[in-house]
Amino acid sequence: MTVSAPFPSVNRLDPWKAHSAKICAVFEEVPGIKTYELELEPAGVRDEYRFQPGQFNMVYLPGFGESAISISSDPGSPGRLLHTVRAVGNVTNALARKQTGDQILLRGPFGSWWPLENCIGQDLIIACGGVGLPPLRPVIYEIVRRRKEFGDVSILYGARRPEDLLFTNEYESWRKAGIQLEVTVDLGNLGWTGHIGVVPTLFERLDVSPAQTSVFTCGPEIMMRFVIQEAQDRGIASERIFLSMERNMNCALGLCGHCQLGPEFICKDGPVFSFDRMEPYFHMEDF
Amino acid sequence: MTSGRLTIGAFVSIDKDQLQTLLECLQQVGYRTIGPQVRDGAVVYDDLASVNQLPVGQIDIQDGGHYRLEADESAGWFDYVVGPHSLKNFLFPARETIQQLTLQDGSWASTTPEVEGPPLAVIGVRGCDLNALKIQDRVFLEGPYVDPHYQARRERLFVVAVNCRRAAATCFCHSMGAGPAVSPGFDLALTEFTDRFVVEVGTDRGGEAMKTVPATLCSVEDIQTAKDVPKQLEKQMHARKPEDGHPQPRELDTTGIKELLLGNLQHPRWDDVAERCLACANCTMVCPTCFCSTVGEVTDLTNENVLRERTWASCFTGDHSYTSGGVVRPSVKSQYRQWLTHKLASWIDQFDSSGCVGCGRCITWCPVGIDITEEVAAIRGEDI
Ligand SMILES: Cc1cc2nc3c(=O)[nH]c(=O)nc-3n(C[C@H](O)[C@H](O)[C@H](O)COP(=O)(O)OP(=O)(O)OC[C@H]3O[C@@H](n4cnc5c(N)ncnc54)[C@H](O)[C@@H]3O)c2cc1C
Ligand code: SF4
Ligand code: SF4
Repeated sequence: MTVSAPFPSVNRLDPWKAHSAKICAVFEEVPGIKTYELELEPAGVRDEYRFQPGQFNMVYLPGFGESAISISSDPGSPGRLLHTVRAVGNVTNALARKQTGDQILLRGPFGSWWPLENCIGQDLIIACGGVGLPPLRPVIYEIVRRRKEFGDVSILYGARRPEDLLFTNEYESWRKAGIQLEVTVDLGNLGWTGHIGVVPTLFERLDVSPAQTSVFTCGPEIMMRFVIQEAQDRGIASERIFLSMERNMNCALGLCGHCQLGPEFICKDGPVFSFDRMEPYFHMEDF
Repeated sequence: MTSGRLTIGAFVSIDKDQLQTLLECLQQVGYRTIGPQVRDGAVVYDDLASVNQLPVGQIDIQDGGHYRLEADESAGWFDYVVGPHSLKNFLFPARETIQQLTLQDGSWASTTPEVEGPPLAVIGVRGCDLNALKIQDRVFLEGPYVDPHYQARRERLFVVAVNCRRAAATCFCHSMGAGPAVSPGFDLALTEFTDRFVVEVGTDRGGEAMKTVPATLCSVEDIQTAKDVPKQLEKQMHARKPEDGHPQPRELDTTGIKELLLGNLQHPRWDDVAERCLACANCTMVCPTCFCSTVGEVTDLTNENVLRERTWASCFTGDHSYTSGGVVRPSVKSQYRQWLTHKLASWIDQFDSSGCVGCGRCITWCPVGIDITEEVAAIRGEDI
């Protein structure tokens, strides 16, 4: 099971041309992370825009540059586009200064997606850390809407501190939909009564049937490494473990060469890969 | 004499001077003609108004970190081989604007600048470079996304290829299946004789261009003699032996090369080459297939006009693999390993061919003479 060739909306004319998008709302999620609600302009572009869970856009601020940002909204409502962004540098800090009503530009959607359609009737473990949750939220929305189509679904999510946890106001609705949500933090505080520890330790709380389980993981590479270890220890095959990779991304078109990892271009062959494709290089230092 | 348009596959003979007629024909129909000429002691490609600019009677002595032109009595019009330039410099220029942004009434609009200038006709393209062109086509035209800037130049490109009859010591096209004979993809291909050129027509466009050039159709024997020229050279290249006082002739054993290199990612040779490599990126700049680039922002003083400029990039920089979480390949060792394994191994997975055509440029233009063939041989020698 590999992720099949993506590209639902290739603009053959000029893949460099950016679309205009208006910021309709800005949500301050946690310190340093905001969600931007975007409306593509003009309406024609907006109506045609479709994306798959796990795909990303190149968010562009003229004069600053572009950043690869996953789409964190519901693929069922492609007109309401959400990006959840941590301000870390040049582009993302400039974005953080933008307000409702401002214009930004973007190209996309790009990349492969989480193979949810191959998991129908099966169990699913979603394991993510920090800003690894936003790229998986479209999957969660999809599952909530179509809950009956899937077996046991669990989300293992962790952040550094309780105040860094994203999307806390949605947890109730995910649990109500019958998803097992396990949350952890690296450092607790006085009010925190939940689990303390890294995400992979949450595997202890699951009852895994390896033959019918897939794992989707996104987060720091070191976290994913241990998540994959836990999954493999429970007998889940590499072909059923999917991860979203991060590399420097400049064009998103497979032309600039920056995101290469061995034979793969993370932008067009990924970012979502089944682990068997990454396995030969995953532990190779500086590769 | 022939008359009218020549068909694809035709072979004709022309007097050497008639190359000028061909050049003028191409210019008349609107091509910017580019050809080899000497600049700062090396053969480069630049505007070629007249065949008088060609480095006639010159040969190049190339070796690791070494390039020198020499007059040679027996040398013809095209007996030097490749210099630092290739078709890449023209189709995928080192710097170009790929988008223009203008702020109008408070909102940005993005437009694609037209690829300006006349179509290009390049004279003197060697077998290796023709193959490099096809490799870059795969990158820019045959993936899921087409680069419109490359495409605009490529579609209008006219190629006058040349069958090499001499190789430099650094040439190893014979190992890479990329030369010395030119393979299809040219409009016209020249084979040089003492008093004439044999011209092979590769496309209708090529036949059209030859219409006004005085030429005689070749006999079957004549065609065979022309075809034998690069074949002879290829044989010679396979038989070359090191000689005292001469640069070592290069070759590369490509047997199982993908498995060899990807299976030896921890080989001590990577540390060894990292001791010598300056990470200057010269090799990636002169390589006719290297395609990495970075798009950056160029803003004017008013902040109302932004150009998105694409420049060549290199895997020999930390920037190349930078993410806010850190640099993926910070060491020279990891950078050289990326270059070599991409070129000769992972390229095969990506584009169904090697990324190397054996032109030898990376050997010649490396300031410390690091030699791709030697590095592979060293790894093969102590396969771990
Ligand atoms: C497929 C993918 C999806 C992503 N999704 C999200 C998301 O949903 N939310 C989020 O906050 N972040 C996401 N990131 C990370 C985000 O792209 C970087 O944090 C961002 O590019 C940093 O840009 P900057 O200009 O602010 O930082 P600077 O440090 O100034 O970086 C300069 C440039 O380097 C490149 N770059 C730097 N860091 C990265 C990186 N981590 N990945 C790729 N290119 C980088 C970019 O071209 C960037 O513009 C994603 C990355 C990838 C590859
Ligand atoms: S790797 Fe070196 S020899 Fe091979 S095509 Fe590039 S420059 Fe030429
Ligand atoms: S191999 Fe040579 S040309 Fe290439 S980066 Fe190293 S020193 Fe420069």
